[in-house]
Amino acid sequence: MRFETKEALAAVPAVRAVGVEKTFGKRAKAVGALSGIDLEIAAGEFVSLIGPSGCGKSTLMRLLADLDQPTAGTVEIYGRTPRQARLGQEYGIAFQQAGLLPWRTVVQNIALPLELHGVSYAERAERAQRLAEMVGLADFMDRPPDQLSGGMQQRVAIARALAEQPRLLLMDEPFGALDEMTRERMQGELARIVGQSGAAVVFVTHSIPEAVFLSDRVVVMSPRPGRITAVVDTPFGRDRPETLREEPAFFAKVTEVREALHGVPVERANER
Amino acid sequence: MTLQQAERGTGTAALRIVAPVVVGVLLVALWWLLSANQGRTALIPTPPMVWTELVERGDVVLKATWITAFNALVGLGIGTVLGIALAGLAAWLRVLDWMAAPVVAAIAVVPIVALTPIFNTMFGASSQYGRQLIAGIAAFVPVFINVLRGLRQARPVQRDLFAALAASGGQTFRRLTLPTALPYLFTGLTMASSLAVISALVAEYFGGPSNGLGTAIATYAKSGKTALAWAHVAAAIAVGLVFFLVTALIERIVTRRIPI
Repeated sequence: MRFETKEALAAVPAVRAVGVEKTFGKRAKAVGALSGIDLEIAAGEFVSLIGPSGCGKSTLMRLLADLDQPTAGTVEIYGRTPRQARLGQEYGIAFQQAGLLPWRTVVQNIALPLELHGVSYAERAERAQRLAEMVGLADFMDRPPDQLSGGMQQRVAIARALAEQPRLLLMDEPFGALDEMTRERMQGELARIVGQSGAAVVFVTHSIPEAVFLSDRVVVMSPRPGRITAVVDTPFGRDRPETLREEPAFFAKVTEVREALHGVPVERANER
Repeated sequence: MTLQQAERGTGTAALRIVAPVVVGVLLVALWWLLSANQGRTALIPTPPMVWTELVERGDVVLKATWITAFNALVGLGIGTVLGIALAGLAAWLRVLDWMAAPVVAAIAVVPIVALTPIFNTMFGASSQYGRQLIAGIAAFVPVFINVLRGLRQARPVQRDLFAALAASGGQTFRRLTLPTALPYLFTGLTMASSLAVISALVAEYFGGPSNGLGTAIATYAKSGKTALAWAHVAAAIAVGLVFFLVTALIERIVTRRIPI
């Protein structure tokens, strides 16, 4: 990185993982969670990680977030180590559970990252309000989270992840606990929000249509050991209308991801 | 809200006040009935007899009440401070928890009766320290156990969030660990407040200075002044109630204030 020119710096990828390995446990009982992961995500790109349980997609996201350390290999976030990126707040993060603080109101929850990093009261109140409006919670700003539905709580978590206008969003199955209808609506909203912010996104999911609908690229993973088996391009552009879900091109990509996941031709999918 | 619901709402609210009052009146009536029919007022004095003692010997009852209440308060203070401090240390260092666990278990099952005579000998018969220490030990256990549990209640997702936000140890403690533990602290404190009063009172039965509610109850009951003994019992109940209510009030104020 040290020798790079200015032009190259401008094109620094949001995420670069080279030869990443992660094993849990001691040598004898070591479990290979991730093996030989090479992945590059451009600035502003939306990439989904998809795969069955145990394929290491959440583990990979935790490595990017510096919540775990790789056993081997290197990870870079905008050319810096994950630790530097975490301390410098390069990324925003949302988990499967909203993880809200129940004694704080919606705006206070959204403003938590700003509060931790010393943003003045007036500014964080203003920004948190704007974010609450952006995720459609303008009428619930002073409510405690336990008065909100699961979908609304998840929207608070997303607004919180966006609070510091990060260049990278890490999302670990943020809609995993939601019902199908809420889920599709949230996907639409996320596509819109991310389009506005221009941030790169790493989105962990196990829903194929969700991955295809949201992503520029779908990274397919398989377990034991966790590795990348295929990458499917889903170039539907930044603007993703709900009607996309009805289009043949969309179904074609869903089938392609499904086949990549199962590693088997179409017939099996059709037989079911 | 429909009219029916509204009526049912006020109905239950009124019932919540009326129900315990009815129970209280019934109990006093039963007491009166028993004392009158037995004809042995020396054993069971009538309610007016107890009331008269309470009013006429008010200064005596009040003096004893202050002593016991003060002992309980000092004990509650010691137990709470020690309980919070040690729970904090045990939550911070696992090893300390493992070291403390058997000791706390032992303290929890120590009968107050067993320690009181020893403390009285240790501190001397004219000292209140033994009684305060007994109340302190009794208060320590629920505070320690509940605070320790509370300090560990922050969920993994919340811990991950604070780590991802690069929050410092102090920030995480003040904004996550402490607010999560507070309700547990108050659960412990509520239990400790009644235990401190009971222990301070019971400790008085086993020697030490000849003052305080427990001593008075034992003395007057033995010497046949049952009405006066019951008057002191009433005072003891009042002390316990005041301790409980004050703790509940503090809990209300603090938990309402929380988003700091």
